[in-house]
Amino acid sequence: MTEYTEHLLRESPRKGTASRFRFVWLVAIPLVAVLSQVYVPRFIPFLAYLELPLLITVHFALSSRGPIPALFYGMFIGLVQDSLSHQPIGMYGIVKTLVGYFAASVSMRFDVQNPVVTFILSFFFFFFHQFFYWVLARALLGEVITFDVQQTLIFGLLNAAVALPLFRILDKLKVAS
Amino acid sequence: MDFFLSRYRHLTVLLIVIAAQLLLIAYQVRTNKDVPLVRVWAVTAVTPVEQGLEFVRRYTWGFVEDYFVLLGVRSQNENLRRENGQLKIENNYLRNELSTADRARALSVFETRSPSKTIAARVIGNGTGANSKVVFVDRGSTSGIESGMAVVTPDGIVGKVVDAYPTASLVMLITDPTFAAGVLSQKNRVHGTLKGQGHAECLVDYVQNEERVDVGEWFYTSGDDRIFPKGFPVGQVAAVQNGKTFKEIYVTPSGMQGGAEEVLIVLQGVHQEVPAGELAAPGYRILPLPADAASEIPQGAPQPGALSTDADRLRAIYKQAGADQKHVYGEGVPGSKPPDFTKIPSVHGAPPPASAAQPGVETGAHASVPGPAAPPAAKTAPKPQPGPPVEASDPADDEPGAVGPPPAPRKPVPPPAATHPQAPTNQ
Repeated sequence: MTEYTEHLLRESPRKGTASRFRFVWLVAIPLVAVLSQVYVPRFIPFLAYLELPLLITVHFALSSRGPIPALFYGMFIGLVQDSLSHQPIGMYGIVKTLVGYFAASVSMRFDVQNPVVTFILSFFFFFFHQFFYWVLARALLGEVITFDVQQTLIFGLLNAAVALPLFRILDKLKVAS
Repeated sequence: MDFFLSRYRHLTVLLIVIAAQLLLIAYQVRTNKDVPLVRVWAVTAVTPVEQGLEFVRRYTWGFVEDYFVLLGVRSQNENLRRENGQLKIENNYLRNELSTADRARALSVFETRSPSKTIAARVIGNGTGANSKVVFVDRGSTSGIESGMAVVTPDGIVGKVVDAYPTASLVMLITDPTFAAGVLSQKNRVHGTLKGQGHAECLVDYVQNEERVDVGEWFYTSGDDRIFPKGFPVGQVAAVQNGKTFKEIYVTPSGMQGGAEEVLIVLQGVHQEVPAGELAAPGYRILPLPADAASEIPQGAPQPGALSTDADRLRAIYKQAGADQKHVYGEGVPGSKPPDFTKIPSVHGAPPPASAAQPGVETGAHASVPGPAAPPAAKTAPKPQPGPPVEASDPADDEPGAVGPPPAPRKPVPPPAATHPQAPTNQ
């Protein structure tokens, strides 16, 4: 194990410094993310593939102190997304619950302040999110939707690229406790 | 148990939360009922913000755009830029106003002309989800909107209302992968089911490979789905190819060209007829009469193109012979001299037409005329064409009267007894 990989696997400095969001931001940020997903693609259709609610979930989970708050936060964002879609409520809820749980679990083992780790985790969770949603839609709703792996990988990279500056901005909104 | 819960506390909570949501989905799918309270809360919270954003955008975006445009020009010529900028602002403003007025007028005209009762609505936002094609419109249940209503524009259908909330409604666009509607082609009257594909084009399914659909043909709603009234335009066929059982017909939706911003929701649909357009051609084509044969039709013979038979042609020949001998049929008393029918070469100087002896083998202008030269009495008859005989394309379609003049007289050739025709004895 090299020095660099040891560095990546050590306890996250983000965990060490006890900082967290104010309650207002905890509510406002996901709502803005969902709202932008609803409104922005009308004018820039390409941005429909930017999963801001997912990135917010991942960021909160990576910086949270345990999987339970993260999974509830993911569930909340997912249910809001569900309520604005025409699918049964719970589809995005389940997927984002799992993303929140796994991201919080993973964050215990990695230095999530490292941009490389952030990029890889964001990419991985985007792919996981899209794939698991596709599986749920087929299994629970019986919908015949094609899963375009190539397109999902490309949009995963784009989302991961957006995640880097977004996470920096979100870190600045936190206050030390 | 306590040990298990404390040891695997995180996993237990995760499983409980997932199970609860699975039960929620199962309840919705099984009972086909929604959880309206959650949706109403979310939509009521989000749509007013969207409406506000849309309002601000509508009245500020043009000015912001102009500002950025003017930034680049200022460095070159400030005075000219200022004047130019003002003109641009004014021009842009007027153009936007004109465009809005045009769209509003088009909707208004359509609304008054359409027999269906409709209400205008404006698109205010998209639904969530990368694959779904749903939008929010600013009319809800307080305006009389209900789930299942059709959403159209003057150019064609746009989608259908899937959920109606007090302040807004959720419209599933026809490009959504779960959308379906009954459609009918204009030219060939082929019925099918329009399905969204998740991208710009839609698929018309369940059309047998044997059916005929042409590229460029228009599809209209058939009214079979009980959502869209019959007769609304759907789109034009962009591509057609045969599939395993059904054709793969791709249609470009006409109602969403350039994106739908203002739409009409059909409150009470009235079925209309599909507009009459170019009708499908029959399966066969009748050739025109040959140029050199057109002048040889005896007087009184059926005109080219008119339906006639061998009997009609013989009648015309006998009538012509009577006229040549100044005999009027029906006027001679019993015992008077009848016309000399031996002078009619087609009766006594030549065998009957080939079509009479061998129907459907050679006939009319399409058939070959083999054999020796025609007798002098038939100088004006069509001459045999050199070269190999040309077979008739479809014996069943051989309509002697429709293809031309009586057959050319030929040298007597004793036909087989079984096929010897009866010589005409009357007339």
